[in-house]
Amino acid sequence: MSRATIFWINGPVLKAHPEGNFQMKEAVFIGEDRLVAEVIRLDVDAITVQVFEDTTGLTPGMVIEGSGLPLAVELGPGMLGAMFDGIQRPLRAVASAYGDFIGTAVDVPSLDRERQWRYQPIVEEGVEVSGGYCIGEIEETPDLMHRVLVPPDVVGTVEWRAPEGSYRIDAPLVRVRSPQGVVEVAMLNRWPIRVPRPFRQRLALERPLLTGQRIIDTLYPIAKGGASAMPGGFGTGKTVLQQTLAKWCDADVIIYIGCGERGNEMAGVLEEFPGLEDPRTGRMLMERTVLIANTSNMPVAAREACIYTGITMGEYFRDQGYNVALFADSISRWAEALREISGRLEELPAEEGYPAYLPSRLAEFFERAGRTQGLAGEEASLTVVGTVSPPGGDFSEPVTAHSRRYVKSFLALDRERAQARFYPAIHPLQSYSEYVSSTAQWWQHHGGVRWAERRERTLELLQEQARLEKMVKIVGRDALPPSQRLVLVCAEVTVEGLLRQSAFSETDRYCSPEKQAAMLELIDYFIQRAHALVEAGVDPDTLLTLPVVRKLQRMGEDIGNDSLEDFDSLTRALDDALDALAPSMKGQLGAAKAVGG
Amino acid sequence: MINPQHYLFHTGLTSIQGPLIFVRNTQGVGLYERVEVLTARGDVRLGRVVFIADDKVIVEVFQGTEGLSLGEARVKFLSEPILLHVGPAMLGRVYNGVGVPTDGGPAIVAAQRLRIDGSAINPVRRDVPREFIETGVSAIDAMNSLVRGQKLPIFSGSGLSHDRLASNIARFSRLRGKQAEEFAVVFAAIGVTFDTAEHFRREMDEYGAMQRIALYLNLASDPSSERLLTPRVALTAAEYLAHEEGRHVLVILTDMTNYCEALREVSSSHGEIPSRKGYPGYMYSDLASIYERAGRIAGRPGSITQMPIVSMPNDDITHPIPDLSGYITEGQIVLDRDLDRRGIFPPIKLLPCLSRLMNHGIGKNMTHVDHPAFAQQLYSSYAQAHHLRLLSSVVGEEGLSAVDRQLLRFGARMDDVFIRQDDHRRTLEETFDLGWTLLAELPDEALVRLSDAQIADHIKPRRHGP
Repeated sequence: MSRATIFWINGPVLKAHPEGNFQMKEAVFIGEDRLVAEVIRLDVDAITVQVFEDTTGLTPGMVIEGSGLPLAVELGPGMLGAMFDGIQRPLRAVASAYGDFIGTAVDVPSLDRERQWRYQPIVEEGVEVSGGYCIGEIEETPDLMHRVLVPPDVVGTVEWRAPEGSYRIDAPLVRVRSPQGVVEVAMLNRWPIRVPRPFRQRLALERPLLTGQRIIDTLYPIAKGGASAMPGGFGTGKTVLQQTLAKWCDADVIIYIGCGERGNEMAGVLEEFPGLEDPRTGRMLMERTVLIANTSNMPVAAREACIYTGITMGEYFRDQGYNVALFADSISRWAEALREISGRLEELPAEEGYPAYLPSRLAEFFERAGRTQGLAGEEASLTVVGTVSPPGGDFSEPVTAHSRRYVKSFLALDRERAQARFYPAIHPLQSYSEYVSSTAQWWQHHGGVRWAERRERTLELLQEQARLEKMVKIVGRDALPPSQRLVLVCAEVTVEGLLRQSAFSETDRYCSPEKQAAMLELIDYFIQRAHALVEAGVDPDTLLTLPVVRKLQRMGEDIGNDSLEDFDSLTRALDDALDALAPSMKGQLGAAKAVGG
Repeated sequence: MINPQHYLFHTGLTSIQGPLIFVRNTQGVGLYERVEVLTARGDVRLGRVVFIADDKVIVEVFQGTEGLSLGEARVKFLSEPILLHVGPAMLGRVYNGVGVPTDGGPAIVAAQRLRIDGSAINPVRRDVPREFIETGVSAIDAMNSLVRGQKLPIFSGSGLSHDRLASNIARFSRLRGKQAEEFAVVFAAIGVTFDTAEHFRREMDEYGAMQRIALYLNLASDPSSERLLTPRVALTAAEYLAHEEGRHVLVILTDMTNYCEALREVSSSHGEIPSRKGYPGYMYSDLASIYERAGRIAGRPGSITQMPIVSMPNDDITHPIPDLSGYITEGQIVLDRDLDRRGIFPPIKLLPCLSRLMNHGIGKNMTHVDHPAFAQQLYSSYAQAHHLRLLSSVVGEEGLSAVDRQLLRFGARMDDVFIRQDDHRRTLEETFDLGWTLLAELPDEALVRLSDAQIADHIKPRRHGP
């Protein structure tokens, strides 16, 4: 093995004189404690490494040992429900071996070597296999068949296969005779974190990732296989929104990365998720979730690595044919880690001290999202949702500005809304999604033929509201004509009734697509009737005083996903109240509604 | 594995720049190792190795480089990180910024020697903070509840009454329904004036609380690079008190802005590439290494609750110091100059305040089942009132509807009656009653965040007389 001797130490970055050959991105080990590090620069007489652990006490003269392999993660059963740090150390196992604090020199394998998994073979002896071929299955959870795949670079004939039974993850399950010789395939395999796992081809995005959040699903959908950025200043609810999505979105596997964020938050996730049920399958949410925690006080180089660790795990489940959603909180902390390492290397900075390669690294990361056909033809997707923490809430800073170039869903979080405790604090006019057209067809099937039209109208209403609010600031609300005051009333009802959604209300935290469609329809119906009434001379502001309008604004919390029939009675109550305002018009619009739907 | 050479004194100083000294001919010196620098006059200053290249090292000297000379200063490398001696009877004492007692009392009998940098708590071993602390301050208890193990800073401005608020909280706080378990308080003065520190000490003394407080004082007149150590020393003591002695510790760090200034000063003397406003790019991680030391550990009885005070330069909340703090801490209490001028104490500006852990500690079985909706409605109505206040300053109150005028009045009452409480402690029940009474002045249609049942239970009875 190649070796090197340390001569320069600056925080998490070391330089060493090499003896023997090192490669870029090679995993290396330092000293007797074998701290984990990675080669990040090569010169003729020096290698530069970043260390993923605390470097306190390192001295010149210590030996760095090469591994000959790039920094990789272990892939196999046992990841679901577990929590890892940025370089995939299993934090539960680390805690039982080393106690309450994270020390250095931790020697615990990422995946449990002792545990036995019940394995059901699929492949027959004599079959020709290649990368991505499923040789057998493990029921890792009642809802997830963990498929053991032939690694991407292996081609050949199955010479031998293990019978059904319980095996450890490193036990050989098939022997494949390939042109390079005999290869054994086990459940456990490794993949370098900085190399995207291969697939056959990319596919067009078609389906929404249903998040159960109305403002996202209805107004600014995220497509399965898409990429989304959520920027917002501190206290705008990024983390709560991100966690809400991780809980309720309809992916098969969730990778949740706490990248440079708070320890108490990760503890909160660990405590909360195991007690929550998936509204679709009834299984515990934790069973489909992999957590990666590199909190803000853990080593900065491991923070840089953690999003790659996470996305490699995500790709691994994608390759098994699952829809995976990855949540990274926060991309900015990752970028700052990049900046810190770059600063220690004395690289020439570009904007705000960030290295010039920040945009290309961001692009590489977001491009690992996608809907794909795997090597064996399986269709699957990997959706990436990242929060961005712009300094001072200023969206023109480099990380927000560059992320924006590579994502098609941009959910801008707004401080003013958050301060009024209006959640989710997504600003409806600063946000956008380019996935509307790709998901429109799905919504047409599930939200009714007039769904797209209603969505359009809602957006127009919100735009008009913003314009009128500006006028109100100059002339006062009373100076507006009734038609314009009506716009404000309708917008208020839409915002309170449709867009506001409480992550902490058991009824409202997850909103099924059917309920979303019903709410959108009902609001739309209210707006139509209100228009007619105002034209007939009713003062728009009296509408807000109706108890039924108060109900309309609270319907998210009051009506559950399972009691959609309550929307019918609410519609009837609305009709009665509005009819009472203008008895002469009774029935006219009721008929219009029956045709709608 | 002790390298005997480490106990030799080095005289190979090649350069002194600000708080840094450059030493050559060093062998086997480790990163972040503790260093003692002996001046010609014989006093010892504490330092730490921060950079190593071949046989040259850079040492940060925490107690100033004044009076050091290249020829005469001697340097001793101690082969260990900076450690704090901790042990019983640490409370009721006064220390300097590096943890040495200055009150004339005996030295601390060391039960343990702990690294002042601490270690990251393994996230799986953290307990979610959820024990509601009744601080006696309505704006906090009702709308930004504090829980044990949280880090909740006070964002303030120079001249505002953050110290008074902090000492009130330190005196008033208790768990609901319990009297005995009061906080042990660790107070770290970071670059503040003697007056501020002395005032706090006197306040606590007056209320007989001096026996449960430890003061770590780096005063404005002390060397600025020492400020990098003071919060770490104080937190190390707090960790011992919490995790070893099982106490509930409230750590008040005042003022983190001075800490960040010192960080910038040292960073610029290293010639590091600055990020925003000259602060180092790693300031987020550095602050996190302090703030993240709050929390609870599963299976251990104690807790560390942090209340850092951050004075916002020019009252600007987007300044890097409050901004980065806000990204790490679990919310913030923001003080307002306008309320202060109007004589309202505590001058808490509600809208930008937040407690992220509030939902873990309130509601059924903890405070009151309707507490979450209550807080939401107060916030929502107060935000509306705030918006209307701006609007009415342009278009006049005549341009507002009747409901809007009621909301405006509600906003003013919140400031004058709810937020204002001077030094009077309110129980949570008193706070609830006051809040519901104010909300009852609004019509149902303005109370969209409350359910019909909540209106019937709390609002209706308060509308029709006592």
